[in-house]
Amino acid sequence: MTLLTVKNLSKTFDTGRGPIHAVRDVSLSAGEGECLAIVGESGSGKTTFANMLLGLLAATSGEIIFDGKPLQPRRSARDRQAIQLVQQNPLSSLNPKRTIGASVRLVLDTHRIGDRANRWKTVERALEAVGIPGDMRTRAPSSLSGGQRQRVGIARALACHPRLLVLDEPTSALDVLVQARILRLLNQLREDRGLAYIFITHDLAVVRNIADRVAVFQSGKLVELGTTEQIFSYPQDGYTRSLIGAVPVVDENELALRNKLAVTP
Amino acid sequence: MTPLLAINSLTLAFKNLFQHTPVLHGISLSIAKGEKVALVGESGSGKSVTARIILGLLQETATAEIGGEVWFEGRDINAMRKAERAALRGTDMSMIFQDPTSSLNPTYTIRSQFVEVLRRRTADLSRGDCDERMISLLEEVRIPDPLRVLEAYPFQLSGGMNQRVMIAMALANRPKLLLADEPGTALDVSVQAQTLSLMHHLVDNHQTAVLFISHNLGVMREFADRVYVIYRGRIVEYGSTGSLFAGPLHPYTQALMAAVPRITGSGLPDLPEISDTFLAPPVSHGGTL
Repeated sequence: MTLLTVKNLSKTFDTGRGPIHAVRDVSLSAGEGECLAIVGESGSGKTTFANMLLGLLAATSGEIIFDGKPLQPRRSARDRQAIQLVQQNPLSSLNPKRTIGASVRLVLDTHRIGDRANRWKTVERALEAVGIPGDMRTRAPSSLSGGQRQRVGIARALACHPRLLVLDEPTSALDVLVQARILRLLNQLREDRGLAYIFITHDLAVVRNIADRVAVFQSGKLVELGTTEQIFSYPQDGYTRSLIGAVPVVDENELALRNKLAVTP
Repeated sequence: MTPLLAINSLTLAFKNLFQHTPVLHGISLSIAKGEKVALVGESGSGKSVTARIILGLLQETATAEIGGEVWFEGRDINAMRKAERAALRGTDMSMIFQDPTSSLNPTYTIRSQFVEVLRRRTADLSRGDCDERMISLLEEVRIPDPLRVLEAYPFQLSGGMNQRVMIAMALANRPKLLLADEPGTALDVSVQAQTLSLMHHLVDNHQTAVLFISHNLGVMREFADRVYVIYRGRIVEYGSTGSLFAGPLHPYTQALMAAVPRITGSGLPDLPEISDTFLAPPVSHGGTL
């Protein structure tokens, strides 16, 4: 079942020095429970695209259809609840003056989820679901490690039971051992809850191991879209090949694959 | 042959009225002339502070307690006077930082910052000589229009351009040792790959020794001759890049290596974030520390 369909979506910013076409005529879709990766360099329009999905930016033209209905420029509370965001840097996305529990609770209060008396219990369960002990809810973000903070970011996004999670570089600020655990957690949550992910990243090695399909953005345009298998076996676009060619690799098998894919057929 | 840089049982602790926080627990490493050495570790492992000690910057910090020796060309940096350490920076050793845009001063043009660097070595360098040097150095880092770049402010240039300007400045006075702290991490992968291959080429040409600090194992593999792996202020494994990547021996290095996602799609292994085995004694792949 298709959960999200994007039709001819564009975003143009008018600046003093003329218009900037951040996203140009992008059409794609994501199924229920699917992980669609969006890759591209900085300035390729990945984050602008995500902001339009989240309703934080109005599209210049085009349409976003979610769960069979076109999303309106002013989102209903229900639509806002259904699409949630996990940001790159959990230290700056969590309010430093709130306890982590209060940050998660704010989502429940905003969306009026469950009755008030039980909300702290719900907060604790939400934290436990991402591997943070419930009694840590009174801690401040500053007393947590980077990986724990990102877990809180995920718990907060999941607290209002979204169906689609937009993950904007969720692991690029983390160490590799921590990244491995967070990626496993994301995989498991997706499986357990039937979530769909829009996974924005520039790290193709992460994409290879987590995504079902990959969309490659270059200067606001969608230049290639395919299953992860296809992209990493027969990349069609020259830009996709150059991105794969730039990935730093650690073992011989990877090196062989990179050398094979990076050359123009 | 004596190495260019030899660190012996370097320790570091930060202290305040209430706490004494050890950061480095006696690390030793050496870099030969013209050698490219990598120091790999996670955040908080002590890699950046090591670079700052070599540069003689941390010695100026009152809360830092430093022990051990840092021999650079037969002189101990820890035992030097402040002015002697300052004289080394920007001449015999220089540094490239992670984020080029924030390490250049946004209120000065590239030209005025570059002139300052050149005059550290030769104080009475004339304007004309400066221009000539700067243009040839910028051409060396393949900047297409050096005259325009010299008049520009850092915020008018892209991240990749700024990084090349930083490399040109860092190599301007033909340093013997270049410290590179996560260069390219703030850049896009393709720009990062270009920048690194450029740096590789230049340091080989100039016979500059490099201490390359990074958390990215893939980048290290392509750049370094030898690798030291640091974990919580201790060197846990060291050896030639080839043998360390072919067969990591220390439990921490093994976990680190397994955790790197592969483009071959080998899945996401179940690894602990921390483990007691990571504190096992150091392993060597032969050679001296």
